[in-house]
Amino acid sequence: MAKYIIKRILFGVLTAFVVATLTFFIMNLVPGGPFLSEKAVTPQAQAAMEAKYGLDKPLFVQYLTYMGDILQGDMGMSLKKRGFTVNDIIRNKFPVSARLGGMAVLLSVLIGVPLGSIAAYNRGKVIDNIIIVFSTAGIAIPTFLSSTLMMYFLSVKLKLLPSLGLTTPASYIMPVLALSLYPASYISRLMRSSMLDVIGQDYMRTARAKGVSTFKSIFKHALRNAILPVVTYLGPLLAYLMTGSFIVEKIFTIPGLGHEFVSAIPSRDYPLIMGTTIFLACFIILMNVVVDIAYAFIDPRIKLK
Amino acid sequence: MDKKKNPLSLQLNVDDFVPATADEKESLVIMRESVGFWKDGLRRFKRNKIAMTAFTVVMIIVVLAFIVPAFYPYAYEEQVKGSERLGIMEYSAKEIQRMEAGESIFPHILGTDQNGRDYTIRVLVGARVSMTVGIVASLLILLIGSVYGAVAGYFGGKVDMVMMRIVDVLYTIPDVLIIILLAQVLKFPLQNLSNVPGFGWITALGPNMVSMFLVFALLYWVGMARIVRGQIMVLKQNEYVTAAKALGASNGRIIKRHLITNCIGTLIVTTTLQIPSSIFTESFLSFLGLGVQAPMPSLGSLASDALNGLQTYPEKLFAPAFMIFVIILSFNLLGDGLRDAFDPKMKK
Amino acid sequence: MSDYLVDIKHEKLSFFTPVGEVKALNDVSIQMKEGEVLGIVGESGSGKSVTAYSLMGLTADNGKIVDGEVNFNGHRVDLMTEKEIRKIRGKEISIIFQDPMTSLNPVYTIGNQIEEAVRVHGDKTKEEARQRPRELLTLVGINEPDKRLKQYPHELSGGMRQRVMIAIALACEPKLLIADEPTTALDVTIQAQILELMNDLRRKLKMGIILITHDLGVVASMCDHIAVMYAGEIVEYGTTDDIFYEPKHEYTKGLLKSIPKFQEKEYSRLVPIEGTPVDLLNPPKGCGFAPRCDSCMKICLERKPEKMIINADGTFEDMPDETEYNGKHYSRCWLQKKEQFELQDNAKGES
Repeated sequence: MAKYIIKRILFGVLTAFVVATLTFFIMNLVPGGPFLSEKAVTPQAQAAMEAKYGLDKPLFVQYLTYMGDILQGDMGMSLKKRGFTVNDIIRNKFPVSARLGGMAVLLSVLIGVPLGSIAAYNRGKVIDNIIIVFSTAGIAIPTFLSSTLMMYFLSVKLKLLPSLGLTTPASYIMPVLALSLYPASYISRLMRSSMLDVIGQDYMRTARAKGVSTFKSIFKHALRNAILPVVTYLGPLLAYLMTGSFIVEKIFTIPGLGHEFVSAIPSRDYPLIMGTTIFLACFIILMNVVVDIAYAFIDPRIKLK
Repeated sequence: MDKKKNPLSLQLNVDDFVPATADEKESLVIMRESVGFWKDGLRRFKRNKIAMTAFTVVMIIVVLAFIVPAFYPYAYEEQVKGSERLGIMEYSAKEIQRMEAGESIFPHILGTDQNGRDYTIRVLVGARVSMTVGIVASLLILLIGSVYGAVAGYFGGKVDMVMMRIVDVLYTIPDVLIIILLAQVLKFPLQNLSNVPGFGWITALGPNMVSMFLVFALLYWVGMARIVRGQIMVLKQNEYVTAAKALGASNGRIIKRHLITNCIGTLIVTTTLQIPSSIFTESFLSFLGLGVQAPMPSLGSLASDALNGLQTYPEKLFAPAFMIFVIILSFNLLGDGLRDAFDPKMKK
Repeated sequence: MSDYLVDIKHEKLSFFTPVGEVKALNDVSIQMKEGEVLGIVGESGSGKSVTAYSLMGLTADNGKIVDGEVNFNGHRVDLMTEKEIRKIRGKEISIIFQDPMTSLNPVYTIGNQIEEAVRVHGDKTKEEARQRPRELLTLVGINEPDKRLKQYPHELSGGMRQRVMIAIALACEPKLLIADEPTTALDVTIQAQILELMNDLRRKLKMGIILITHDLGVVASMCDHIAVMYAGEIVEYGTTDDIFYEPKHEYTKGLLKSIPKFQEKEYSRLVPIEGTPVDLLNPPKGCGFAPRCDSCMKICLERKPEKMIINADGTFEDMPDETEYNGKHYSRCWLQKKEQFELQDNAKGES
């Protein structure tokens, strides 16, 4: 077990390293390098800037400096928000996104798992078909559509919910719903198919042969096996919610990290873009490691590998 | 000997007890019709009403997006002066005048945008752009992923170990973040490249579109590679591969003739299901303004533009939104149907 | 009320599939006394598992008993609701399956799964329920039971898992144990051990066993009676000696020819049964085995043969339906009818 956990963590560190490296070299594809603002500057000023940021040095040296800085937790200064370090911005904005994302994860699992199980258990019946229709439609609606349509109908037309910001508890409803629609549908499809798979397994027949009631055999024997693919999906789900939050935060003007990231792109605030990317990537990787470890606790077979 | 009179014989005839011929035996064996893989799959697919409907819808959208624009009276970048911001089926004052003069004017079914461009044609072309990105990206993914997966799975051992560790790392990278970065910066080198002779086609397609193909292809092939590798690993154990090896077939030939043909079902299904997910990502990027370049529309950018006038012109959002929904839904259903028909091993 | 533990009368069972009605059992009747070991032999799809599963209501959802009676230990199983059947499952009747690798839930410990079987019928005190899994493991010959109880299925070998399955089946000391190909998935050496264990337990616990297999070698060592099934019918039934030394049905003869015998000359060849089993979606109107039978006659293709009792002196008689025929050797083949006529003719000629 300890060996497995250490292996997962080392793998996470390796992935984080690859992401940071990729980010650095991708940003260097931009003509003039990443630390250049679009304003016209005199050659002297540019040289001074380059010297200041070490851009006159060879690319590899720049890379080493950059990685060294990151390891020390220094992501540099924002170019647009004068006086703020990237770290400050992340520290202020990330909790907002995390809260939104956390609620969406919870809601998706709480909706998706029961719906998928109910559908599988009632395979071929009306309720199964209803759930299939909704979950299939749910994965065909990108977040930006569910957000905008919800905003149009619920706040513009019916004026039921506040459309912008996160000031009242009610203002959480739409962003969280918009974020959860896709993952909840996806989880219910995933859960349905894995539940169907598990119901057909020999050990379910064993449970029946023992005289275990249907309810108990579903709860004790099927659920824990069937939920494994859903646990695996939680990693990618997190990544999805983080990126989904770019859109949701933009549409509902929520002051989160996603909003910050999206507005940094057109304004070419490169340190902020890089810093946010690396931070989010590391966060997602960390969560993946956590999910992997949780998986090992649910499935005893994993220890062998 | 008169068995007919025997009370126990129950109308049994002595002739009944002569041995039956092989033909007689044969004629009684009612076997279920045995059908080939493709025929069987096609039959199952045709019986699946949902999948057939989805297939029809995909075909209709293909016609609307790829053929209709060529005959449409307006072009997607054509700005009709004086016809800005028209509603559904509205005509501008100028157009009404011309119509009164006896000219026939094609109606703006969905109105026009703020630049006086006909919105119907923009939605259709937007669908074309989205589908092109989705399909081309999926084909690139198929190509890269299946070759990589096949090589790793076929050679196994150390080669496989190294190749799959690379895949593992790429798999855990949060792809959308990297895609956003790449979409943002790739256009610069691509613009430079388009000036190089022989790469002029990049300008024709637009550097953004090409960069979108590239980033999708660069990041999404890992899933495909894993699936193909898994299939190959299983198939490799089969006797016919050993037999082919024993007959001296080359590695390339075995991969091509035996292994790829045997996982073709999985490949088709995975690729079909990759299309909607690529369209999904494309519309997301376009919505963020990282997609194709104006004036070329995509469904995502149309939806994004419509946000500003949402109160007055909600149909400008509904049209592309509905289009995206229908495209993704019907491709998903089509993929599900193909999987049920051609790949019974893969469950939903 | 019959004095049999198992009394199946004219059972017809069909699976209703999207392609059509698959007639899995066609008029199956079988009796079995308490403590008896019955072997059901036949190839896959012959209905041997379905027959046994229908005794405990374990057939798949689309399988329905269309006609006949299924009596077990005084219960009309075919008339019971799922809830009623659940009360006897695991308590009066238990089953072990072919593949011990997949029959145990991978995410729970052995102890947990045995204890569940003990507790589910709730007539044990807490203390007993806690001690019972340990006892059971000792009973089925697993050493270090305390350690095993805490282990997960994947940590045990195939033979060990099958022992655990047997322990689960024996948790409530059932009257009947159904063993569905219990050794097929195991190594040959382990097979013998498991069979020996079952024989041993049967004597200790005085329970009846239905042993389902396609391996005649397995039944020979254990069974009192053997029923040979083909295409959803019992084609021959008798004591183990009857079946092995006096096989009457052509299919039984074929089966016996297809197993290796050590005492025979080394160059005698194994004879496979040619052809494939019938398609139960379109069952033939005649004898199911006719198309593969070397001695097939015209009548075999036209009409189903009736059961014929084979007397010890080698004579035949028609089997009256309602009489008790447990223990009597019978076969369902037109050849016996033909022989009967010939015997009668000879008798006439002599007189």
